[in-house]
Amino acid sequence: MPESAPHVGLTDIHKSFGHFTALDRVACSVASGEVVALFGRNGAGKTTLLKILALLMRPTSGDYQLQGESARRRPDRTRAQIGFISHSTYLYADLTAFENLNFFGTLYDLSDREDRIQRALNDVKLWDRRNERVRGFSRGMQQRLSLARTFLHNPSLLLLDEPYTGLDPIATDMLDRLIERCQGEGRTVILTTHNLDLRLRVVSHVLVLEKGNVVFDERGTGFSPKQFTEIFRAHVDEADE
Amino acid sequence: MFKKILRILWKDIVTEFRTRELFSAMFVFALLVVVVFNFAFESAPRESILQAAPGLLWVAFTFSGVLGLNRSIAIERENMSIQALMLAPVDRGGIYLGKMLGNFVFMMVSELLIVPLFAVLYNFSFSARFGQFLLILVLGTLGFSAVGTIFSAIAVNTKMRDVLLPILFLPVVVPVLIGAVETSVRTLAGEPLRGMMDWVKILIVFDVIFITTSFLVFEFVLEE
Repeated sequence: MPESAPHVGLTDIHKSFGHFTALDRVACSVASGEVVALFGRNGAGKTTLLKILALLMRPTSGDYQLQGESARRRPDRTRAQIGFISHSTYLYADLTAFENLNFFGTLYDLSDREDRIQRALNDVKLWDRRNERVRGFSRGMQQRLSLARTFLHNPSLLLLDEPYTGLDPIATDMLDRLIERCQGEGRTVILTTHNLDLRLRVVSHVLVLEKGNVVFDERGTGFSPKQFTEIFRAHVDEADE
Repeated sequence: MFKKILRILWKDIVTEFRTRELFSAMFVFALLVVVVFNFAFESAPRESILQAAPGLLWVAFTFSGVLGLNRSIAIERENMSIQALMLAPVDRGGIYLGKMLGNFVFMMVSELLIVPLFAVLYNFSFSARFGQFLLILVLGTLGFSAVGTIFSAIAVNTKMRDVLLPILFLPVVVPVLIGAVETSVRTLAGEPLRGMMDWVKILIVFDVIFITTSFLVFEFVLEE
């Protein structure tokens, strides 16, 4: 990657669905190792932006660079660097926990698959339940397994779409610790939320999206929930709520 | 990529082995059609049965196949696991081939169980031309799965997917069905393969065109 290139660079990303504009010339950059909190109301375009970053969706126009290269030039290489968490667990309910991770491990061409799976399942405290079908897991356990799936291939860019939705307190703590660990390991994290009561201490970059536009983009340290609320209120037109 | 395609196929087979939802629906529906029409044809002349029964068999395979396609894509919709496949560094064409092979295998297994029952109920003998009939089954089912897999992926994100799939898919798959019925009628009448090579070529060309095209465009079907 070029010396000065950001980890993620977006230039004039535009996405429309028919006459509806979801993203309107979004431009921003994210440096390696940053933890970005992307705020916005429901329908502001947060999920659309994350799907474009994860190559789940094509922008109508605009350029998306990952580590200085066009992300779509070598899509498989881009995908191998991305971990994505959403409110859906992305798991196969009739496979066991181990089989799910083994399946995805094969798709990611992981050579030391079994070791990685053991580590990942231990991290989310599901190793003892590895041979049970996911269908029998509680929602919290499924979310923990989903975390294990996301981290299995050691992604350098983590995209978290409303990751706290539906998490029990144990999984919430686990996710907080994983994000803090990612920050410590120099990985880039972009998380979307409309919950301003975000307790993460490691957020280093705040973006606010409103009606498909980036209306706030600032770096800093030690953001508090109170600051998030102030930023949000100052930049989002509450009259439309 | 071949390993990943087989892994997607393995996942579908393991899931089906544990739930038996897809296969049981397909088999029971096809069996019901074959049995009910057996009563309708009870007093029909033998010549009419020879002409109509292969068509009836393919009608049973077609509608049970649609049930299978709907279920196959429903597995991917549960927990939105289709998106996990899309997130992985797998060529979209590979995802298509994996899913298509799964649909093909389930349909073939169901068909191979229905055919002997059909032979008994309608008094057909397959022993002389079973290889030939098997070739027609394979070519017809491959074409059906090739078209069905891509159309089920198109329909999956719509609200009316269960209704939309047959509406979109059946008109496109008609050439395969006509070819399969025509060759099945002649095979069951005892005609050798060389006498129906034009139809067999049509089936092969259809399969090749649809598998190749779907492999290439599946990326655009999956991505919003």
